[in-house]
Amino acid sequence: MKKLNYRLVIFIFAALFGIAFTIPSFIGKEPKVNLGLDLQGGIYLVLGVKGDEAVKSKIKTFASTIKYITNKKEIFIDNLKVNNKTLSFELIDKDDAPKMDEILKKLKGTQVIKKHTKEGILYIVKLTPKEIEKTREDALNQAIQTIRSRLDAFGLAEPSVTKQGKDKIVVELPGIKTQKEKNSIKKLISTSAHLELYAVDDEHKAVTPKDAAKYGDILLPSKDNPNRKYLLKTPPVLDGSMITDATVGFTQKTNQPAIFFTLNSQGAAIFGDFTGKNVGKRLAIVVDNKVYSAPVIQERIGGGSGQITVGSPEEAHVLAIALRSGSLPAPVILLEQRSVGASLGADSIKKSLIALISGFVIVVIFMAWYYNLAGIIADIALIVNLFLIIAIMALFGATLTLPGMAGIVLTVGMAVDANVIINERIRELIREGKNIKTAIEGGYKNAMSAIVDANITTLIAAIALFAYGTGTIKGFAITMAIGILASMLTAILGTHGIWEYLLAGGKKITPKHFGMKA
Amino acid sequence: MELFKSEKIYDFMSKRNIFISISLILIALSLFSIFTKGFNWGIDFKGGIEIQVKFDKQIDLGEIRKIVSKKFSSPNVTTFGNNNEILIRLNVNAVSNDVQKSLENEIKNLLKPLGNAEIRRVDIVGAKVGNELKEKGLNAFIFSIIGILIYVAFRFEWRFALASVLALFHDTIISLGAVSFFGIETNLDVLAAILTLMGYSLNDTIVVFDRIREQVRDSKVNDLATLINEAISKTLSRTVLTSLTTFFVVLTLFLFGGEIIRPFSFTLLVGIIVGTYSSIFIASPLLIWLGFKIDDYRKRLAEIEKRKREKEKLREMYQGGVV
Repeated sequence: MKKLNYRLVIFIFAALFGIAFTIPSFIGKEPKVNLGLDLQGGIYLVLGVKGDEAVKSKIKTFASTIKYITNKKEIFIDNLKVNNKTLSFELIDKDDAPKMDEILKKLKGTQVIKKHTKEGILYIVKLTPKEIEKTREDALNQAIQTIRSRLDAFGLAEPSVTKQGKDKIVVELPGIKTQKEKNSIKKLISTSAHLELYAVDDEHKAVTPKDAAKYGDILLPSKDNPNRKYLLKTPPVLDGSMITDATVGFTQKTNQPAIFFTLNSQGAAIFGDFTGKNVGKRLAIVVDNKVYSAPVIQERIGGGSGQITVGSPEEAHVLAIALRSGSLPAPVILLEQRSVGASLGADSIKKSLIALISGFVIVVIFMAWYYNLAGIIADIALIVNLFLIIAIMALFGATLTLPGMAGIVLTVGMAVDANVIINERIRELIREGKNIKTAIEGGYKNAMSAIVDANITTLIAAIALFAYGTGTIKGFAITMAIGILASMLTAILGTHGIWEYLLAGGKKITPKHFGMKA
Repeated sequence: MELFKSEKIYDFMSKRNIFISISLILIALSLFSIFTKGFNWGIDFKGGIEIQVKFDKQIDLGEIRKIVSKKFSSPNVTTFGNNNEILIRLNVNAVSNDVQKSLENEIKNLLKPLGNAEIRRVDIVGAKVGNELKEKGLNAFIFSIIGILIYVAFRFEWRFALASVLALFHDTIISLGAVSFFGIETNLDVLAAILTLMGYSLNDTIVVFDRIREQVRDSKVNDLATLINEAISKTLSRTVLTSLTTFFVVLTLFLFGGEIIRPFSFTLLVGIIVGTYSSIFIASPLLIWLGFKIDDYRKRLAEIEKRKREKEKLREMYQGGVV
């Protein structure tokens, strides 16, 4: 019985696999290789998430909660202050201490320090280090979620929002063309949409933030006129984490564009209580530290809904999406922005394809000329190798970028290396006077350790690139690693299988077929 | 076709001092350029704003410079590839939202009187991003060096590992020196090219080392220089061929790949030449300097071989049911 040529079988399967999964990329069906923004045009943004702000805002929320609960239970506290990452207050009646402890116990992830003073007990509440770490992490994850759902709501095709490192987000938006689109998207992404409701302090007057702090207040500018400042009582009555819905509409009386928001049950209860107790006073609606409006409370507002009037319908649209998809727990800042026009992308593809094809053709012709049949067999392996790279990239949904394309070009240059090593070894054995069959077997055997060692060291470099690289470098490293692995399969196994087939088929192979003079 | 047809053994080792001297001079020049001239950091590392504009006709750079400086201080305006495409660099470090919002429109309006201008690319990078990238690049470099040291020391011997890593430093420093000397814009792609070169030049070195290891094992010759000459001569044809094919491909990339990829392809081009040179003329002499002992290594190889045989024997005994 004839021995099964398993090398050839594997090679043929690899070739079919490569071709089958390469075709979809060329006719635009899944699975396909995604083109990077540098090749198809679009925007690439790197956002930094300010985790510290999320920690501060968490403390602020705790302060609001404490104020609300103590009010309700008639526990008297004074001097409630939020100081960067800690909050402090004094408990006036020492007998309330057990009740107070009970309330604080419900605030998860906090450390409480108690100091007895002449007037009462001074409480200092801060987050545990573990909780701070978790808050930052949550802020990053939630920011990714939020930005994703905002972009979805905006109706963008294939946006990609991914984490980078501990505090960065990469947003990739292919196909954005107009300047106007770009600006609304940047606004949509970077709007914190942090809604807060504050009681306006009409009893005091303050010009500087310092004056305001004296009364435990803050000064915030009006959205329409930055010079106009409102004096607001801290902590806020409510914050935006309690919003469940926001829609765009128009106010009944004045027909101004407005956003109608709905609060969850806890928010509705707080809102109802507050408006009930403060009829005739003003309530400021603050988004991202700007006062949108400060209407006078006419009556108790139950049901937990309210409205924010805004300047234009477009603004209402963006803000409503932002509010509805949740606020960013921490502000984001734009660290990097790259936009590539579609025409440049097309140019880049064209140029790198020209380089790829001409480089490829030179290598193919050179190999065939230098090694004769052995060169043609190496060329077959090279072509299958190229198919395999594209197929594997398509299956992993990898993104092909300009440096990635260069990586393929480079791999083509290096992929023939294994066959050069093998063919040189075979030639040596032929010169030593071995017969062709022995020379071929010996050539593959002798070349093996050099090829394996050389490829593994290159692979180590590729892994290092992948581990520490960002964005495009990562893509490049993946292309290189796939290329190395694919070339081991095609150049070592594949070509060996072809020789075995030729030898078994009784073909007369002479030194001429290795480019040597007979 | 055969390039190095005869089984001629070239005497590389007797001239090793000359090659090492050439390399030391090149390294000294490279370091001199790196420390005095430094790098032409691209905005990837430095931060700033870069705008690529294409006109439908040839444009006078001086005029553009004059117009852009009305609005932005000290813009850097150069042609990019062909004459109707230009690159404007602005040293605005604060990447605030307000700067960006108006930027594209502003530039477009400024350039309008000059003709039809298409803004093809706008890159805005904050200054902070760059330092992190440099740090990451250095980490990738260190990580691969350590990985390679361990692997080669395990597969060969520690002197081989050290020699290959020293050759790697040689190639990296000279390539960086060329990038610095020719004022090539140093961006992320150049970093990728340098790291790729590590893989490439190592590839070359390892193939030669593999042959040395084989010669040590199989040959009866006791002179290291002779052995190395034989190993290099026998792999020479392969080294030159592979370098040629890779060189051709990178050359086409350099010539036809476009302006954006040029810093990358330039670095690779230099690196391939230097890497090929070092794997032939530098890596192996280092073995001699590092005091590689043939006898010791033969003993070690024999030891490994012995252990392998013992294992096989044991396995045979198990399979034969003796134990």
